[in-house]
Amino acid sequence: MSKSVLRGLRAAALTGTLVLGSPLGSQLALAAENPIKLGVLEDQSGDFAAATIGKVHAIQLAAEEINKAGGIMGRPLELVTYDTQSDNTRYQEFMRRVLQRDKVDVVFAGFSSASREAYRPIVDQFNGFAFYNNQYEGGVCDGHMIVTGAVPEQQFSTLIPYMMEKYGKNVYTLAADYNFGQISAEWVRKIVKENGGKMAGEEFIPLGVSQFSQSIQNIQKAKPDFVVTLLVGTAQASYYEQAASANVNLPMASSVNVGQGYEHKRFKPPSLKDMYVTTNYIEEIDSPKSKAFYAKFKAKFPSEPYVNQEAENSYLAVYLYKQMVERAKSTKREEIRKVIALGDVCMDAPEGKVCIDPKSQHMSHTIYLAKVGADHSISFPKVWEDIKPYWLGEAGCDLTKKDPMAQYTPSNPPPKP
Amino acid sequence: MDIATHVFSALYQFGDAFAFLVLSACGLAVIFGMMGVINLAHGEFIMCGAYVTAATVHAGLPLPLGILAGTLVSALVGVVVELAVIRHLYDRPLDTIVATWGLSLIATQGTLIMVGSTMAGVGTPFGSFQVGDYSYSIYRIVLFCAALGVLAALYALFNWTRFGVLARATIQVPHMAAALGVDTRLIYSLTFACGAGLAGLAGGLYAPTMTLVPTMGATFIMEAFVTVVIGGADVFLGTAPAGGVLAVVKSVMTSWQGQLFGQIGLLVAVIIVVRVLPKGISGFVLRERT
Repeated sequence: MSKSVLRGLRAAALTGTLVLGSPLGSQLALAAENPIKLGVLEDQSGDFAAATIGKVHAIQLAAEEINKAGGIMGRPLELVTYDTQSDNTRYQEFMRRVLQRDKVDVVFAGFSSASREAYRPIVDQFNGFAFYNNQYEGGVCDGHMIVTGAVPEQQFSTLIPYMMEKYGKNVYTLAADYNFGQISAEWVRKIVKENGGKMAGEEFIPLGVSQFSQSIQNIQKAKPDFVVTLLVGTAQASYYEQAASANVNLPMASSVNVGQGYEHKRFKPPSLKDMYVTTNYIEEIDSPKSKAFYAKFKAKFPSEPYVNQEAENSYLAVYLYKQMVERAKSTKREEIRKVIALGDVCMDAPEGKVCIDPKSQHMSHTIYLAKVGADHSISFPKVWEDIKPYWLGEAGCDLTKKDPMAQYTPSNPPPKP
Repeated sequence: MDIATHVFSALYQFGDAFAFLVLSACGLAVIFGMMGVINLAHGEFIMCGAYVTAATVHAGLPLPLGILAGTLVSALVGVVVELAVIRHLYDRPLDTIVATWGLSLIATQGTLIMVGSTMAGVGTPFGSFQVGDYSYSIYRIVLFCAALGVLAALYALFNWTRFGVLARATIQVPHMAAALGVDTRLIYSLTFACGAGLAGLAGGLYAPTMTLVPTMGATFIMEAFVTVVIGGADVFLGTAPAGGVLAVVKSVMTSWQGQLFGQIGLLVAVIIVVRVLPKGISGFVLRERT
């Protein structure tokens, strides 16, 4: 107990501004150089904390490794961390602070799409440079942003046809009622239609709702073959327990569960039985690189409840940034984007090989189909390698030529030239 | 699908909404409705009850004992909070808002730091049953019965026991009760503990059905305040009919237009009731009787 309290106090100390020191020897060697400052704005408290504390830890792990190995171009990496408390206005406040007062070189920020859209105009306004290391509903075409998370053409174009083939063509979507859920549901609708299926129903749930009796009944009434759950935040995760106790017993498909909120660890089996998730990383992935990453993570943060998809995205993003700065020999965004435009910014990440697409500044991924068993064990019935974030590029977003700083959706594509 | 199936499903949804409203609100009805302390830490007492319940169940106790433990620990925490903070603020109702809000922030963040961002759930007992095309969770029926039981127990406590009479006397005319030899400080403490314990009970009862996170209290607080504001000062005559009215509004609106409209319906109902009946439903009922 006392040990966990101590760990807790240490975590408390970390929620303030944090300067991650490298070990003494290399610190002395690097001290003469100016540090490269990396702003970290992630939710360490509030409704999203369960899924996002691991992102901060992953960045700390990568920064420590990089500093031990001599930093970036001989300069140490310094983290400037703020707790955004799952609150969109905090994102705006802290984004201004890191860009104007702390003058960071790059910011890693954001879990929910609402918070990303809250801070993105500020990054554009102050000419900043931000990484969004999170899976999301896709469509952000903004030269100030690099997105390392997976997008619908990677998660849904794989998942939905697989589910329709296996279980049937009647699909019900239960989604969180904000931009992420609405746009993701639009993608599901589009892909279901393209594959000759039909929507048995759709319901959007306000964030923070925790009681689902009526929604469960609506689903039973619509008699779908499977349910696409795009529920976000810890309150909405109560759905699984309540659906299981009402014996809904339908297969589920998701782009957000398990890979972010590790619901299969938090709930008692078998409430997530037959949940299928497309994710680019979860700790169960059984490859040597994944195992090595997991071991390093656990060695530094032994009490980490789960190493999720966004932790891996954040970890590899630090290394991608290092590679780009070293190749550009500068931390200036325009110089870095010239490197991206070459189209060969790639790395061997824990999930497999990933590359940044120059047109959209999104990333290719290895997509794993994770299936939750009755005992909540994970199996991987299918793996898709090197799935590219093609939609934005095909729709007409080309950041190497033009930077519209906008978000597009299938029903609101980039304007034709 | 026949009519009986529809009727049962409507009743079930009503009962489910009623149980959630009444169980979330009971503790607050005592602390806010009766004692006048605007307790913004109500959700955190619920969270405390849920966490203690889950922890004791993980330690091997059966669920009913776990819920009992959650209730008792919340009541004890209530005594401590009353002695340390609330006791000094009975004459300053607006200051209790700041004090209890601060407590709620401390409790949420403290839990996050000490226990971590989530706690493993305990699983819902009893399984399900089938009516027509729909299957239902049996535990939800248990929750409905628990809500009725809590209302009956509160009625009995405040109307038929010596403690209930003393508590009502102390809160209505404290100096007169004190002049008659009532230990008003003790009565205040016990009443506050009773409210905190009821919040803990709600947390314990809902622990098996929900995500256990430090912020879980926030999902109860809107419903709790809405029910108490509509209900008015009397715990039984207020909370029970308010829960009934709001449950009808919520279940009808939710089945008609979805969760968002269920919430909108709740808030519109509050605005209307507060406008028409400023003292809440119990104020209206009691005035009619006298």
